[in-house]
Amino acid sequence: MDITDLTLTQTIKALENKQFTEAELNSAYQKRIGQVNSSLNAFLEVIDTNSGIPVGIKDIISTKGIKTTAGSKILSSYIPQYNATVIDRLIAQNVSIIGKANNDEFAMGSSGENSAYGPTKNPWDLTRVPGGSSSGSAAAVAANMCVFSLGTDTGGSIRQPASFCGVVGLKPSYGRVSRYGAMSMASSLDQIGPLTKSVADARLVLDWISGPDEYDSNCIKKRLTTNDSRFTKSLKGLRVGVPKEYFGVGLDPEVERVIKAAIKQLADLGAELAEVSLPHTEYAVATYYIIMASEVSSNLARFDAIRFGSDRGDFGAEVKRRIMLGTFSLSSGYYDAYFTKAARVRTLIKQDFEKAFEKCDVIVGPVSPTVAWKLGEKVDDPLKMYLMDVYTVPPSLAGIPGLSVPCGFADGMPVGLHLLGKYMDEDTILSVGEVYEQATKWHQEKPKL
Amino acid sequence: MASGETKVMKYEPVIGLEVHIELNTKTKMFCRCNADYFGKEPNTSTCPVCLGLPGALPFINQQAIEDCIKIGLALNCSINEKSYFERKNYFYPDLAKGFQTSQLVLPIAIGGWIEVEDAQGKLTKIRINRAHQEEDTGKLTHRDGQTFIDYNRSSVPLVEVVTEPDFTDTFQIKDYAKKLQQIFRYLDVSNADMERGDMRLEANISVRPVGQTTLPNYRVELKNINSFRFMAQAVEYEIARQIEAHEKGEKLVQETRGWNEDKRVTYVQRSKEEAHDYRYFPEPDLPILKMSATLINEMTKAVDTAKEKDPVKVAEKLVSTGMSLASGASIARNPIKLAIFNEVQKEKSVLDMDWKDFGNFIANREINEENINLVPELTKKQLSDFQSRKSGLISNSKELEALAQEVIDENPGMVDIYKSGKTTVVMALVGGVMGKSGGKADPGKVKAILERLLG
Repeated sequence: MDITDLTLTQTIKALENKQFTEAELNSAYQKRIGQVNSSLNAFLEVIDTNSGIPVGIKDIISTKGIKTTAGSKILSSYIPQYNATVIDRLIAQNVSIIGKANNDEFAMGSSGENSAYGPTKNPWDLTRVPGGSSSGSAAAVAANMCVFSLGTDTGGSIRQPASFCGVVGLKPSYGRVSRYGAMSMASSLDQIGPLTKSVADARLVLDWISGPDEYDSNCIKKRLTTNDSRFTKSLKGLRVGVPKEYFGVGLDPEVERVIKAAIKQLADLGAELAEVSLPHTEYAVATYYIIMASEVSSNLARFDAIRFGSDRGDFGAEVKRRIMLGTFSLSSGYYDAYFTKAARVRTLIKQDFEKAFEKCDVIVGPVSPTVAWKLGEKVDDPLKMYLMDVYTVPPSLAGIPGLSVPCGFADGMPVGLHLLGKYMDEDTILSVGEVYEQATKWHQEKPKL
Repeated sequence: MASGETKVMKYEPVIGLEVHIELNTKTKMFCRCNADYFGKEPNTSTCPVCLGLPGALPFINQQAIEDCIKIGLALNCSINEKSYFERKNYFYPDLAKGFQTSQLVLPIAIGGWIEVEDAQGKLTKIRINRAHQEEDTGKLTHRDGQTFIDYNRSSVPLVEVVTEPDFTDTFQIKDYAKKLQQIFRYLDVSNADMERGDMRLEANISVRPVGQTTLPNYRVELKNINSFRFMAQAVEYEIARQIEAHEKGEKLVQETRGWNEDKRVTYVQRSKEEAHDYRYFPEPDLPILKMSATLINEMTKAVDTAKEKDPVKVAEKLVSTGMSLASGASIARNPIKLAIFNEVQKEKSVLDMDWKDFGNFIANREINEENINLVPELTKKQLSDFQSRKSGLISNSKELEALAQEVIDENPGMVDIYKSGKTTVVMALVGGVMGKSGGKADPGKVKAILERLLG
């Protein structure tokens, strides 16, 4: 048995049954990291652990006493004085941080190539991107460098790299998990969530990290609940909405084939399919890039090299681009035409989902229109890169939860099935994901490194 | 050139005020650090939130919101049921987050008024545009060519009260500032101490020809002036400067000016071209504030109770004990004297005190002490001074009665006038008795005795 193949739930059980010790567990992962990190560049910093459950943390999440760079040169020597709320909660569950995971600078990017510390490689094909911005978090889980990892998702940054790397990725509802300590990119969209080896693991980690926190005013007071009558073996009684707008121009035919097969499998498991419409989908990317950039321009103002960090000239090109776009959108004379209008369209997108969820319990579709592309393929065309976010951005704008579950391969690269739930109903998408993965085992596929 | 008959254009100033008040809440506006930074070692009252460290998020201090509601209510404002914070984006080294969390579109309180007195003693209603909630910045100190930043003040709650441009002279401005200070103190929301920077004034000034009702197309903002006196001087200077410019036909422009104390002139700090575009937008890290009817009712009650501490109300109460209006007003405005008077009133042993006399006595005393903790000692001293002065008086009623009878017998004319209904004449008889006693009689007592004898 390779210890590093085990899921979180299996690892906990094995530790309880004394199949191996925490020290053995950590040394197995340390060894694995030693073998593969240099070719993957998934971890920027490796911490010498010998107890606890070893996990990877996206380097945009503050870890007390451990360098946290956000993938930026500007924070190349920044050591936080405090832990993010999620870190304190994981530590309380006997989790130890084994690595700080690479990411696109300040979580801005869809390929992992915007890190000041070099791109992370996709474990399934080292010439391809792992997705982003939680690039290292996804690659590290896929390559068994940690039991699970945390990422952040603003417009798809957990789900898309999870899809590209063949792991499970969950973006919780906005307000489910405290954002305190995760460096803000776009405050009204950011959420922290798990990247795991199974859906059951994602449920467990969400249970650990979620819940009210008086350090994040937008964190809801209610705790996560697991419905006793949830789907466990069959999906009988489940209504699955398939949005017609998610299967149009731009969707790679191979990816479409895999997704359609997965949807058929849901039907085979007893689910009832219904076509739904999300009519404002085509405006989502434009809306997202206005709101997100506006908030970015303000959130990154604190990086002024006075209390920490280096000069603003050290920001990368993508970060500078978004600061400028956002500053423009908020400027007097342009505010109404851009920011205000985007905020209105955001409401329409939210209403699209509310209406669609009158007809179904979950919505399914692709996470990304393509599989992982080649390194360097899109770096010179930011717009092309932005358009890759077309399926992940609408749920982010609506604040609803989204789960990426491995559902097959196209051109030899993993494809993720996107399961979207009602606001604060992670329980249903997680149980649908659990039933699906029991039936298919796609999540057990591992890259040959 | 112009003859003596040329019509001389008259100008009037149009002035609006912005006042920042630092609240005296226990903790800061958006974090749990101690908000009392005065005299503290620099950077000892800070945390990730008020230092603006990456990843830190704000949370709202409910006490500050309630204080802001109270200020709004005391200024006759209405309270918005829905209100929210916005980010005011600009760079300055003392601004930890790169933006100030403030309010623009939906402030907590809007549309109030307050009455102020002008130089002629005429009362004018000044309209209050808004009272909104925001936070303070850190503090810069420049020394030996270096700049030091103290973040102890960063995120201390501030309320900004903005008036409409309704002021026309500096007397009104002084009266306004004085009245605001009293309100903040009786509400107990701020120490409102100008010297310590608890209360900061900014004025927007322009002048227009008398008779013009529209606002001028420019305004000059006077900023960073830290005393009532200098502000009044700067405003006076600015009015004169602008009128002169108008008379010379010069074009006045939108700008920010400061006050040079040595040269006693205002000077340009920032021109319109350099004005910031603050890029306000709703603060995404904070929820919308919803003011329930219950909360507003509660705050209204609190303000009504606090208003009992309003000097005008206090003076009325003091006068009802018998002292003169002037004495009442004087004691009401002097916290130490008021405390002494209240202290004495609590004493059971002085039940038969002549409150009118004692009130006037305290009002006229010179008491320079400001330490409220010394009130018990001061009270003892004032009481004994009052009593020893009294002890020289003729307290024997029989003796006074004899003197009174003498005066009555000597003034039959006045007695007739008194009996015809003009009872005020009794004061003349009191004067007679006082004369006979060599000033050692209590006029109140004498008056009572005379009235009794005259039936």
